[in-house]
Amino acid sequence: MSVLSEVRVGTELPPLRLPAISRTTLALFAGASGDHNPIHIDLDVARSAGLDDVFAHGMLSMAYLGGLLTGWAPQERIRSLRVRFAAVTPVHGEPTCTGRVVALAGTVATVELAVTLADGTVTLTGEATVDLAPES
Amino acid sequence: MPIDDSVKGTRLPSVTMTLEAGRLASFAGATGQPDPVYRDPLAARNAGLPGLPVPPTFLFAIELEQPDPFAWLTGLGVDLRWVLHGEQAFTYHAMAYSGNTLVASPQIADVYRKKGGALQFVVKRTAVTHVDGSPVADLDSVIVVREPEVTS
Repeated sequence: MSVLSEVRVGTELPPLRLPAISRTTLALFAGASGDHNPIHIDLDVARSAGLDDVFAHGMLSMAYLGGLLTGWAPQERIRSLRVRFAAVTPVHGEPTCTGRVVALAGTVATVELAVTLADGTVTLTGEATVDLAPES
Repeated sequence: MPIDDSVKGTRLPSVTMTLEAGRLASFAGATGQPDPVYRDPLAARNAGLPGLPVPPTFLFAIELEQPDPFAWLTGLGVDLRWVLHGEQAFTYHAMAYSGNTLVASPQIADVYRKKGGALQFVVKRTAVTHVDGSPVADLDSVIVVREPEVTS
């Protein structure tokens, strides 16, 4: 876990590398999240929409960013998490989550976040605020 | 078709969910959550937690429990084929754990246009609370609707 005294502007969070997203991953996420939009799980529907294949839920990648943050700070210290969905994540994409502290205001760190695929495509950008104050 | 500005402020149906440990564990597993406290009740207990913690983004799942979670959009005349999820934000106020019951109360907060109407934006704000009304989180979703007929 991070300690406030070790964090400064420029600190990089340890990257979180996820396995390649399989059709099973998408089916399990659909079930666990309740997002059953068939564009993410049904090849026939994806084809009928003019796509070659299904693509991953954007909220799957946002959940990965949640895992990046909880690997760095206890969840009760996360104050906010915000993302913009910049590009589609294809099935079989291999995401890596990264974060960098870009501001420190008192004990609150602002962390710039990204999810990037193996081919360099940035699929999500965003930021989180994390209060690193030790427990009182 | 243009979304009418008068829908701003419309309250959408509330959804109540009791957080079942198995469901939270499934979400943590499906999303590669590395920390065992999110999946293993014994690990959570050993960490001094009252149950499995709700992962940071799981709160968006509450509204998806409705039989037709996108009825509010189609009710605005939106064709779901042209819908993109543009942005998502969570502001956290308190933790929640397995066993808790949460209420999600969504509202259409804003509607605006860009590119001469070729893109329409709907902002849905959802307050998530415990059943006693104490705040857990506020969620903002920005839904982008493309209008294929409008040339920008």
